[in-house]
Amino acid sequence: MRIVVPMKAVPDLVEEIELNEDETGIDPAYLTYVLGEWDSQALEEALLLKDAIGAEVVAVGLAEDPEIDQILYTALAKGADAAVKIAGAGAEASSGPAGIKIADRAALLAGYLKVQPADLVISGVQAADDLEGQLPPTLGALLDLPHVSVAVSVEVDGGSAIVRQEFAGGRSHELQVTMPVVIGVQSARQAPRYAPITRIKQAMQAGPLTELTVSLPLARKGAVVRRMHRPETSGQAEMLTGDAAAVADQIVGLLRARGLVKG
Amino acid sequence: MVLAEHTGGQVSDGTHELIAKAHELASVLGGLTEVALLGRADLAGQLGGADVVVAVDHPALSEYLPEAYERTLLEVLAQRSPRLLLMSNGTIGLDLAPALSVRWDAPLATYVSGLKIDEGAMIATAQILGGKVLVDVELPGERGIATVLGGAFGAEAGQSSGDTEVVHLAPPPELDVPRMSLRQVFEPDGGDLDISSAEMLVSVGRGIESQDNMEIVEELADALGVPLSASRPVVDAGWLPKTRQVGQSGLKVKPRVYLALGISGAPEHLEGMRNAELIIACNTDPGAPIFGVAHYGTTVDLFDLVPELVGKVRG
Repeated sequence: MRIVVPMKAVPDLVEEIELNEDETGIDPAYLTYVLGEWDSQALEEALLLKDAIGAEVVAVGLAEDPEIDQILYTALAKGADAAVKIAGAGAEASSGPAGIKIADRAALLAGYLKVQPADLVISGVQAADDLEGQLPPTLGALLDLPHVSVAVSVEVDGGSAIVRQEFAGGRSHELQVTMPVVIGVQSARQAPRYAPITRIKQAMQAGPLTELTVSLPLARKGAVVRRMHRPETSGQAEMLTGDAAAVADQIVGLLRARGLVKG
Repeated sequence: MVLAEHTGGQVSDGTHELIAKAHELASVLGGLTEVALLGRADLAGQLGGADVVVAVDHPALSEYLPEAYERTLLEVLAQRSPRLLLMSNGTIGLDLAPALSVRWDAPLATYVSGLKIDEGAMIATAQILGGKVLVDVELPGERGIATVLGGAFGAEAGQSSGDTEVVHLAPPPELDVPRMSLRQVFEPDGGDLDISSAEMLVSVGRGIESQDNMEIVEELADALGVPLSASRPVVDAGWLPKTRQVGQSGLKVKPRVYLALGISGAPEHLEGMRNAELIIACNTDPGAPIFGVAHYGTTVDLFDLVPELVGKVRG
C-alpha cells in the first residue's frame, strides 16, 4: 500500500500581500510562505492510515516551490517514509499568481505518478492561491483515475478506499471507491500532529531529499489574468475608534440598543 | 449552461442565482440558458427560469456521485456545446470543475464573484488568497467553466417561470461500470444546539491562536447568554464541534447580531453569515475582507477587546 501526498507552500495570509506594479501578479518580495493548511490535513490523514494499516507514505513537492525542503523534512519528521522533489524538464513551468500554475503542477505530478504509481494520492482539497481549479481533480483527470474532493475521512477496505465526502450544512456521503484514487482532503479525522524541531533536524541530517526529473508536456490554454486588485472594503464598515475600552463601550451600546444587553 | 444542484427534491438557491446570471450573459451574447439536471428529471418544473432543461436519469445519479456526474456532464457538454458552464463553488464545483476543465479542454476560473462580457470576451472575477486579492481573468476560446460563490448574484430572475423545453438525454454507458459507489448518506448531526436559530452569535476565527485562548471568548458568550460559533480553522483544529461552524461547509446563519472575533473573512465564511442583520468585526488587519461585509469594525486586538466587553456586559 503506497500513499503519495503532494504538498506545497502558499503565501502566509497573516502577512501583508502586495501586488506587482502592473497589477498582474503578486510581488514575491514581500511574501513569506507556509505549508498550505489543507495539505497539512492531507498529510495527517495519510499518517493516520499508515498508523492503522502500515502503509508507505511518500511526501512529494515540486523542486521549484518555495520552502519545499523545509516542508518535506517536516513531513519526514512527522512520520512520512520518504520525500521526493520533482523537477520539470523540457519546458519552463508557467507561473500563476503566486507560483507554478495548477495545470503544470498537476502535469508534473502525473508524470511522477505514472513512473511511481500509488494506491492512494491524498492532497489538500485546495490551496489559498488556486485560481484555475484545484489539484486533486485535475490530477485525477490527467491520470484517468477516480477522484473525490472535500473528504473528511479516508479508510481502506480491501481494494477499496472508503471516503467520507462532506457537503454544505454538515451533510455527507460515504463512498466506496476502487483504488487507485486521488483524494482532496478538507480536514483529517484529528488535528495535524506536531513535529518536534529535533526530529526535523534529524531528518535534515539524514541526507538530501530525493530529486526526480519529469518531462513537462505542453501547457493547455488556460485563463488569462488581466488585472489583480483588492476587494472594496473601505467605505463599508464604520470603523470604531479609540482604545479597547472605548471600542467595547460602543459595541455594548449597539447591543443594548437591540435589547441584547440589559441595562 | 448551469449545473443544477438539488437535495431532497429541492433545487438549491445557488442554482437559481446561476440561472439568473446565465440569462444576463446569454442576452448579451444572443444565446439560450440551459440547465443540466442530473438524476431527478421530475424537478424540471422548478427550473422555470431556464430556456432548456437537459435531463439525464440513471440510478447512479439519484444522489451526487463524483464519477457518475462527471461522465454524464461530459456527455451533456459534448452534445450541447455551451459557451460557458456555471457551477456553484461548493463541494460539487470543487470536485468536478477542475476535472471537466481537463477533459472538456476548457479554461476554468474558481471562487468567482463576478462575470461579464467585455467586448466579446468572457471575464470572470475570482477571489484568491482567502479573498484578499481579486483577479480579473479572461476565459478565452469557445468554451469555459466558472465556479461561482454563493450569494454573488441575485436569484430572483432565475426563479421566474416561462416556457421551458425539456430535453432528455440517454445516460452514458460508463455509468453501468462504476469505479465508485455510494454506501451511505449522513444527514447533519443535530448537535448540542442549533446556531442557525440564535438571535446573536459570538463567532471566533483563526485569530484566537490557540485552544487555551478559547476560554476568553467562551466567557464573553456566557456573559451575553448567546452561543459561540466559529469559522472553519477553529473547528478543524478541534476547538469547537462541527455543529458550531459557520460558512459554506458549515451552517448559514442570519442572526440579529454577528460578532466576528479574529475572523479574516474568507469567501467560504462570508457565504455563511453575510446576511446577518448587524455584523460587528474585530480583526487587527485593516485589509481583512470581513470589513467588506461588516457594518461596524475595529482593528483593536481581540485579546484587549474581549475582556473589556465581558466586564461591561456583566456591568
